[in-house]
Amino acid sequence: MRYAETGYNLEIDLATGNIERVETDPKLMETHLGGLGTSVKIHWDRVPPEVKAFDPENLLIFSSGLLIGTPAFSANRTIVTFISPQTGLLAYPMMGGFWSAELKYAGYDKVIFRNKSPEWVYIWINNDKVEIRDASHLVGKGALETQELIRNELNQPNAQVAAIGPAGENKVFVASIEQSRSSSSRGGGGAVMGDKKIKAVAVRGTKDIYLAHGDEFMEQMKEMTKYIKFRNENPLPGIMTILSGIGSPAEMKHTDEKWHTESFAWGNARRRRKDFWTKEIEESWKKTQLESTKRLISCFNCPTQCGGLITHEDVPSYMMKCFSKLTYLMGAEVDDLDFGYKIAKRAFEYGVDSFSTPQILAFAVELYEAGILTDKDFAGTDKYEACPSDKRGRFFWLLDRLAHREGIGDILADGVYWAARKIGKGAEAYDHNTIKKHEQMNIKLGMMDPLYYLMYSTNEKISITQMEGNWPQAAFPNKEDREAFVKDWPQLPDEHFKQYFLDWEPRGEKANPYYPTADMCSEIVDWMEMLHNIDDACCVCAGMSSFCLKPPWHIHNYPKIISAATGLDLDEAGLKKIVNRSRNLHRAFNIRRGMSRADEKPPEDHWKKRFPELEENLLSTYYKYKGWNMDGIPTKEKLHELDLDYVAEDLEKRGLYKNGQD
Amino acid sequence: MAKIKKKIKTIKVDADKCNGCRTCEVVCSAFHSSPKWSVINPARSRIQIIRHPLKNIWLPVFAGEYAPAECMGRDKYIIDGKEYDECAFCRASCPSRDLFKEPDSGLPLKCDMCEDDPPREKPLCVEWCLNDVLIYEEREEEVEEGVEMEDVEAGLTSMVDKYGLEKVAETITRMSQKE
Repeated sequence: MRYAETGYNLEIDLATGNIERVETDPKLMETHLGGLGTSVKIHWDRVPPEVKAFDPENLLIFSSGLLIGTPAFSANRTIVTFISPQTGLLAYPMMGGFWSAELKYAGYDKVIFRNKSPEWVYIWINNDKVEIRDASHLVGKGALETQELIRNELNQPNAQVAAIGPAGENKVFVASIEQSRSSSSRGGGGAVMGDKKIKAVAVRGTKDIYLAHGDEFMEQMKEMTKYIKFRNENPLPGIMTILSGIGSPAEMKHTDEKWHTESFAWGNARRRRKDFWTKEIEESWKKTQLESTKRLISCFNCPTQCGGLITHEDVPSYMMKCFSKLTYLMGAEVDDLDFGYKIAKRAFEYGVDSFSTPQILAFAVELYEAGILTDKDFAGTDKYEACPSDKRGRFFWLLDRLAHREGIGDILADGVYWAARKIGKGAEAYDHNTIKKHEQMNIKLGMMDPLYYLMYSTNEKISITQMEGNWPQAAFPNKEDREAFVKDWPQLPDEHFKQYFLDWEPRGEKANPYYPTADMCSEIVDWMEMLHNIDDACCVCAGMSSFCLKPPWHIHNYPKIISAATGLDLDEAGLKKIVNRSRNLHRAFNIRRGMSRADEKPPEDHWKKRFPELEENLLSTYYKYKGWNMDGIPTKEKLHELDLDYVAEDLEKRGLYKNGQD
Repeated sequence: MAKIKKKIKTIKVDADKCNGCRTCEVVCSAFHSSPKWSVINPARSRIQIIRHPLKNIWLPVFAGEYAPAECMGRDKYIIDGKEYDECAFCRASCPSRDLFKEPDSGLPLKCDMCEDDPPREKPLCVEWCLNDVLIYEEREEEVEEGVEMEDVEAGLTSMVDKYGLEKVAETITRMSQKE
């Protein structure tokens, strides 16, 4: 009997059409839990570093997590892993919605795709019955539209469908996989899916998931329920509205966007507009949002409501997810929320990443204004008109080109980094907001922040939102407020963290960039990353855990809940060791693919005030704390401690331990 | 006629508040598994959310009586411009659809308001719905004992209206001779 997990993966060879239900090694749960942890292990074992994103050997894995399908609140993420065409590293974008729970109930923990299909297909998983079906009639259809078409054609209203749109079909490097009210966006999973000619994966399941100690499990959930109710009634004081509650920032609920619109940078992540949120804007935005939002909605088994069903003017209904509401609008520098709602729908149908895409479009606009791209690049053909000259029209036009890889869009479709190098003529200077070839959040600030420095530089996600969360983003000016905040903070891994926060000032000696010190920063960042790694193995939404101040899930209740679900006898140290193992395996995987210390840095203009010496020291201190050598490679000693000697041997054999380091 | 007291248990469903999370389905299946809380499977739940997100339909429906045969016809409601599924509001476990049947055996499921020993304050789905979609209410009603008789009479009256007294009387005679 397997508890919490199903114990089976579905292996699909697209070239031969062979489908197998493969029992997994029960030991893997003890060593890597599940979700991201066990997926990383599969990639390490089966995808050598020579394999490129569009090689048939690149595995595309759709994974549920250890706690998916149990009554664990907010366990609903689907984690998709593959070699990214944009970064060449292992990408692991996640989506919420209902897909992974359905997969688990169908009797599988993961679906593993290898090779390429000769024709366009979609996969239909209905419990034990799995079919590869013709999808030629779905080619060119939108990613949202496709989900409905498949449900209708199967006559399965409860099937959950993950689909790509035209962008994925055209192997756009920022193509997403869309599903229900969510999407797996970062790193180009849609492109890899398109390369394998999979239009969609539909799943329906009506089987059982077993809990080892159901009574204990439900007691833990009852405790959590109490805390969720308490937090819903008591938002954190002194924190901006959007971060004061639990759950992913409730972008569809809150209409107050002063913080995002004034703190984040507009255009190609260029300028902050510190006086943007006027009375008129507030009223107009509020009106648009309240009129368009028909209902606040959630993902599977989650009590929060961070999504919204949008019906806006003549735009057909769609489900909006958090920050997409603002990214296109800010990229295009359009002041009307109406534009955000209109372009988001088209972008979701194309199936593109709402973080990267607006930045690519804004980058193209900048190049045009600088004369690097010209009217020739923005010209029409017999298939489409020339690019309009207004801000809205320009963005729609560029989005159309990118999704279809038409004209200049074919170059832009590879993302800012690669496009800048293809365009040349000085375009490289406009690529100022990427890390490891991947577009970042549109934030540009003043003073270097040591915590964020480490998070931007070192995390394998290459996306800050999947890294930060449990530690407040800024010091509290008032000592009394700090004292009040630390008084009730059971989520901390250890009491001594409280002093760091009490002493942390907005200005002066005990402020950024020198405080928290490099040692303290290492501890704080490591803690936040560890929690993200537990979330990603269990597929619990970071919004209720690692990406949330004082969240319902934390290091002290996780071991109890996992133990009750699985029958493992885990304590905090045991759980930390497991995710640390997966995290180091993940790093080794990327190191093997050529990632190095030189890649580990935020964009040069991310902060105005930089401190090169301090930054180098931060990175070295953090590497040391993590048990990595000065090249950022896990040491043999560290790997041995984590039972990963086979990884050390592999890195040694490949000559990756240089200059006498080990 | 004698009056008796009857406890009426009601779950009030404020469907406009439902965000479609399906926690109710998860917890219902867990409670009704044996041993309790050991098995999770929303397909075994006695509450089902009928979901058509893009039509703004999230409708929690509870399993009611088992119906051995389906109705002679079906209904389809349009409310506020939203077209609901055929028989969407019906609670029956019925041959016309897959709803409210054990997925493996096909046996009918019926909501028992989470009867338990000792009795629970309210059904589990209500307890676990954190968005206050499901509200539990109990009240006592006085009902007249002879109520069934009146039902029969009302039924017969409608039969007489439709087929005439003679035909109904003939049928009843024939039926009583068969007994």
